Amino acid sequence: MEKLLNELSSQSGFAYDIKCDVEADFSIPENLKRKSDLGLPGIAENDLLRHFTNLSRKNYALSTVFYPLGSCTMKYNPLINERIAKYDAFNSIHPCQPAETMQGILEIMHGLEKDLCEISGMDNFSLQPAAGAHGEFTGLLIIAAHFRSIKQKRTKIIVPDSAHGTNPASAAFAGFEIVPLKSEPDGSIDVSKLKEVLTNEVAAIMLTVPNTLGVFESKMREIAKAVHENGSLLYYDGANLNALMGFARPGDLGFDVMHINLHKTFSTPHGGGGPGSGPVGVKSFLERFLPVPRVEKKNKKYVLNYKKTKSIGAVKSFFGNFPVILRAYAYIKALGGNGLKNASAQAVLNANYMLAKFKDKINVPAGTRCMHEFVLSPKAALGGGVRTLDVAKRLLDYGYYAPTVYFPLIVEEAVMIEPTETESKETLDKFIETLNKIILEESVNEPQKVKDAPSNTPVTRLNEVEAARNPILKWKNR
Amino acid sequence: MNIPEDLKFTKTHEWVKIEGNKATVGITDFAQHEITDVVHVELPEISKGVIKAQPAAVIESVKSAFDIYSPVTGKISAVNEEVLGSPELINQDPYGKGFLFTVEFTETENNELTALLSAEDYKKLI
Repeated sequence: MEKLLNELSSQSGFAYDIKCDVEADFSIPENLKRKSDLGLPGIAENDLLRHFTNLSRKNYALSTVFYPLGSCTMKYNPLINERIAKYDAFNSIHPCQPAETMQGILEIMHGLEKDLCEISGMDNFSLQPAAGAHGEFTGLLIIAAHFRSIKQKRTKIIVPDSAHGTNPASAAFAGFEIVPLKSEPDGSIDVSKLKEVLTNEVAAIMLTVPNTLGVFESKMREIAKAVHENGSLLYYDGANLNALMGFARPGDLGFDVMHINLHKTFSTPHGGGGPGSGPVGVKSFLERFLPVPRVEKKNKKYVLNYKKTKSIGAVKSFFGNFPVILRAYAYIKALGGNGLKNASAQAVLNANYMLAKFKDKINVPAGTRCMHEFVLSPKAALGGGVRTLDVAKRLLDYGYYAPTVYFPLIVEEAVMIEPTETESKETLDKFIETLNKIILEESVNEPQKVKDAPSNTPVTRLNEVEAARNPILKWKNR
Repeated sequence: MNIPEDLKFTKTHEWVKIEGNKATVGITDFAQHEITDVVHVELPEISKGVIKAQPAAVIESVKSAFDIYSPVTGKISAVNEEVLGSPELINQDPYGKGFLFTVEFTETENNELTALLSAEDYKKLI
């Protein structure tokens, strides 16, 4: 493993040093001034260069490996959009400038809102939320504001047990009580079971379509009818929008509020904490609750409207994560309507191709057709006491990023694979061959090797239990 | 798989030991094996009211976090504070030192106990 800078520090004094030749007098009393050495590491310039170069070569990224991380849509993000996001024309603008001096930026925001409306079938969008879960939270605050405004006391949110963990977390954070809904083995909703929990206290149901097992909600219209007849709203989690673009629109399916993960579906590198962007879309009857400022067009000029008395207020400083908004706009304009539709079609085709190659050998709980991702349950196919976690670790030895594992919770020993539209058949074939080999051959013939994996990564199997029980959170001089 | 004959069980993999009007609750050997190493536990406060089949405690493993449902309606009369500092007890001794909490229930709530599974029924379930 690469040493830390402190550990690399030169004992011989052969190191680069920055001399401070500025005599500053900050009027710090003598007794408060540091007497001892600051203890910063001193490293020879060449050693420092090698340190950072070597670290950069250990990067595990979409630009170095296949990244089949289910539910995360780790697709190729065109590098041209990175360049656009770095243009001085955008980066030298200050968010406090008067609106009339940043018409270009406002035009892009206004344009992206319109495009997202067209893609999703919603009437209005706010680009403020900083990521998916933040979008959920914002959407739920809007739902709460709506019921307050019509003086209805609705305190519950229905969340299927196949949902992403952020759904119940966001709903609880927004002050709602969670009503879990047991989903079917393929993750879908049974309308009669839904009706049992659909009381007059229910504000909304949060749905992911296609669901986390990669299956389209076939009873969508019935679900929407039942929910609306109950006076409740439908929230669409846009995590899986990459399967639907150009084919189906959440707004047409009956959803009232939704978020889109721009960093997943619309060209921003992610994984590692962001920044992301989770715009929230609503039907027109909820527009007045959207966060301020709203970007509006008046007399051929773009203006920022803060005067929305029913707004839930700002949820992020200024206008959201603008560089992500910019990348999404560039991506949508470059691909166009047909391009986006093709992207979804290819994503679904890739996933079905992989699923077809696995289905005869490994259990697939949700059936043999899928949308953009699918979930394997390799429990029965594994030998030698090997578990899914071991398989995931073993994939690292073969140079792959491991798929999502143990999610969704309703599938035993789940392996969740999302190939995305940007991977070639050759890449998929190699991965299929490797995963089949680990599960069907290695776990049976060399189980210990799989349980000890990874063995050729910079660090081998980490003690996750010890790390969770007794975390060491800061560097210690050993 | 260890399934003690003298205990009752739930479909959500809790075990229950009934003594008078008190029910001591933990997770089964099967459950601790499935969720793997427990790293964090959240227990209810003493004298807090709990409702049958509603979450009463949370167990977190390296895999995920899991709600632990109270098998009976009543009031929390004791919690096992030892598992807060040593969550591994749940893996090592799920039916003993790894118990989670005790619920005190009243005569009327007693009826709920008949819905609990016997060791034989639980064996069939898993």
